[in-house]
Amino acid sequence: MSVENSRELGLFRVLRDDHSQDPAVSVPDAVVLRAYREMRRLRILDAKMILLQRQGRVGFYGACTGQEAVPIGTALALEADDWVYPALREQSVMLVRGFPLTQFIAQVFGNSGDVQKGRQMPSHHSGRSVNQVSWSSNIGPQIMQAVGTAWAMKLQKKSSIAVGFMGDGATSQGDFHSAMNFAGVFKTPCVLICQNNHWSISVPTAKQTASATIAIKGLAYAVPSCRVDGNDLLAVYAAVKEAADDARAGKGTTFIECLTYRIGAHSTSDDPSRYRTDEEVESWKRKDPVDRLRNHLVHRGLLDDAKDAALEAELTDEVNEAVKVAEAFPAPSRESLFDDVYQELPWFLQEQKEELRRAPPAPSHGG
Amino acid sequence: MREIRYREALREAMIEEMEKDASVFLMGEEVGHYQGAYKVTEGMLEKFGPERVLDTPIAEAGFAGIGVGAAMVGLRPIVEFMTWNFSAIAFDQILNNAAKIRQMSGGQFSCPIVFRGPNASARQVGSQHSHAMEHFYATVPGLKVVAPAFPADAKGLMKAAIRDNNPVLVMESETLYSVKGQVPDDQDAIELGKANVVRPGKDVTLVAYSRMTHVALDAANALAKEGIEAEVVDLRSLRPLDEETIVKSVWKTHRCVIVHEGFPYGGVGAEVADRVQRLAFDSLDAPVLRVATLDVPMPYNAKLEQACMPQADRVIAAAKRVVSRGKA
Ligand SMILES: Cc1ncc(C[n+]2csc(CCOP(=O)(O)OP(=O)(O)O)c2C)c(N)n1
Repeated sequence: MSVENSRELGLFRVLRDDHSQDPAVSVPDAVVLRAYREMRRLRILDAKMILLQRQGRVGFYGACTGQEAVPIGTALALEADDWVYPALREQSVMLVRGFPLTQFIAQVFGNSGDVQKGRQMPSHHSGRSVNQVSWSSNIGPQIMQAVGTAWAMKLQKKSSIAVGFMGDGATSQGDFHSAMNFAGVFKTPCVLICQNNHWSISVPTAKQTASATIAIKGLAYAVPSCRVDGNDLLAVYAAVKEAADDARAGKGTTFIECLTYRIGAHSTSDDPSRYRTDEEVESWKRKDPVDRLRNHLVHRGLLDDAKDAALEAELTDEVNEAVKVAEAFPAPSRESLFDDVYQELPWFLQEQKEELRRAPPAPSHGG
Repeated sequence: MREIRYREALREAMIEEMEKDASVFLMGEEVGHYQGAYKVTEGMLEKFGPERVLDTPIAEAGFAGIGVGAAMVGLRPIVEFMTWNFSAIAFDQILNNAAKIRQMSGGQFSCPIVFRGPNASARQVGSQHSHAMEHFYATVPGLKVVAPAFPADAKGLMKAAIRDNNPVLVMESETLYSVKGQVPDDQDAIELGKANVVRPGKDVTLVAYSRMTHVALDAANALAKEGIEAEVVDLRSLRPLDEETIVKSVWKTHRCVIVHEGFPYGGVGAEVADRVQRLAFDSLDAPVLRVATLDVPMPYNAKLEQACMPQADRVIAAAKRVVSRGKA
C-alpha cells in the first residue's frame, strides 16, 4: 500500500485547493453553515479572552486559534447524549452542544456565575448539562476516563459513545498507551482524537515521538486509526461521524490524528517567538481552517461578503455582551469554600467553616 | 557577598556541580531549548550540550524512571518536574523505587538522584497545580526532602542534594524564584538536616519553611510592634528534621506555632508538633498550633485562594492566642 492510501500515514482531506470538495463526501448545507458560525464565534471569543488576560481581568486562558475545525467539527458529528472529554483546546465543544456562552465565560472569570463555582482553572470547563467533563491539569488522565466512560456505556447498553481529546505531547504519557490498549482489548465505543498542532509548548512533535505519524501508533493496539487534515472542517466532520457510527455499531474505538497548527501562544504564559519562526506560522496561516471553510461556502453559494460581515458584527456583539454579563457576577462567598468537598458537610469542615466565619476577611481576602 | 535571585542560586549550584562532576546531568520538560519553564535552567543547554541537558517528552513516570535507572549505575541525575504536582504521575518511581532500592537490595545499589521543581501554590493555578507535595514525600524513609526559603540556602542545599548518595527532593517555589538575597561568593554545600534561626525572639517560636518562612517573618515584624517577640525557625530540611533546633527554641519561648502550606491533616506540621510535645512538654505554656492551607482543594478564584492560603494575619492571630493563654 502506498503512503497516500494508508489511513495511518496519508492525510484524509475533503476540501480542495480550489475551494471545491471531494464529491465522495457529503456534508449538508446546514452543518457547514452552523460550523462556520461556531468557528467564527470561537475565534472572536478566544481573541477577546486573550485580550482580557492581557488586561489582567482573567488569570489564564488556553486558546485554540487555528485549530477550530477540530472541536467544532467533532461537536457537530456527535449525538446530544454522547460524552466529551476535552484537553486544553476543545472546551468549545460544549458551546456547540448548547452550553450558555455567559456561563462559559463566567468559568474563565471563576466567579459566582460559574457552574464550577470558581474552583477550577480557566479552560477547564465542565458541564453536566451537556455531558462534558473537565480535563485535569495533569496531562493524560482524561484519555483513560473517556475509555472508562465508553466501557460504562457498553455495559449499561446505552447507545451513547465517549470522545476523548489529547494533544500530540500527551501521546508520550503512559495514560495514552493504557487507554489505547484497553480500548483495543475491550472494544469500547469510543473516539479518541489527537490534535497534532506540531508543538507541545516549545517541543516539536519530532522530539516528542520518533514515529512517522501519531496515527500509526494505533496499529499496534489494533485500534483502527486515521490521519486527517485538521484544518479541513469537512474532513474532520466526516471522519468523526464515521468513527462515531462505528463505535455505536459495536465496532469499538477509532483513533484520529488531526493535523493542525497552534497559531497563537501555548497559553497566556508563553512566548512562542523564542522557539519557532514567523515563516512557519505564516505558512500555516495560509491554511487557516476558518478561511478555508469561508472560501468553500462562497464557492458553494452559501455565503457572500455582506452576509459574512453581518455575521462578524452579530457574533462580536454576542461575545461582548456575554463578557459584560459574566464579568459582573461577584466572587463566590468565602463560606462556599467548604461545599462539595464531600457529599455531606462533615463535622470537621463545619468546624473550620465556623472558624472562618468568625474571622473578619483580611484585606487580601475580600468579602 | 553578592545579591542574586533564588533561581540564579539554584542554577549556579547545578552548574558548579556539573562542572566539577561529569556524572551529573539534568533532564526534564522544557529545561533546555526553552531555558526552563521558570528560567531556572537558563543557559545550561548552551553550556553543557544536549547529552547533559535533556528536553524530555511529556512523560513524568518515564523520565523519573530513566533517572533512577541511570542513578543506579553511576550517573547523578537531576530530574526537574515542571511543578511537583506533576510528580504524582511519577510517584511510583520515587516512592517504590528511588526510596527503596538501597534498602531492598541489601545495600548493593544506591540511587543518588535529585528530584526538583516548584512546589505548593503559585497564583491562581487551581487545585491540581497547587499541592504542597512535601507532606507526602517527607513521610517516606529513604528520601531526603529540603525546602529552602532564601537564595543562599537554595544554593547550598542544592549542592548538598547533588552530592548526597541518597535520593534528595528539592522543593522550590514559583513565588520565590525572583526573590533576591545575599549569597557568599564561595557558598558551599549546606549540611542537610539543619534548621536556621532567622529571627531571634523570646515569646513564641514560629516554625516555617519555603515561602512560609517569609510569611512568618512578616508576622513576627507585626507582632514586634505589639511587644511580642517571635523567634522564627526556618526548617530548610524537612527530612531529616532538625528537632534539636526546634526544641531548643521552644524551651526558650514555651510556645510554638507551625506555619506551612498544604492541608492541616497530618504532614510536616503534625510531625513538628509531635516532636515538640514529646521533647519540650514540660516547657510548654500553650498547645502547639498550626497554620496551614484550609482543608479543601485549592480554589481558582483569587479571593477564595487568598482566604485558603496561610497569611500573616492568621499567623499573628495564632501567635497571640498562645501568648495570651492563661494571662487574660
Ligand atoms: C503531567 C503534566 N506534565 C506537564 C504539564 C505542563 N504542560 C502543560 S501543557 C503542555 C504541553 C502539551 O502539549 P500537547 O499535549 O501537544 O497539547 P497542546 O498544548 O499543544 O494542545 C505541558 C508540557 C502538565 N500540564 N501536566
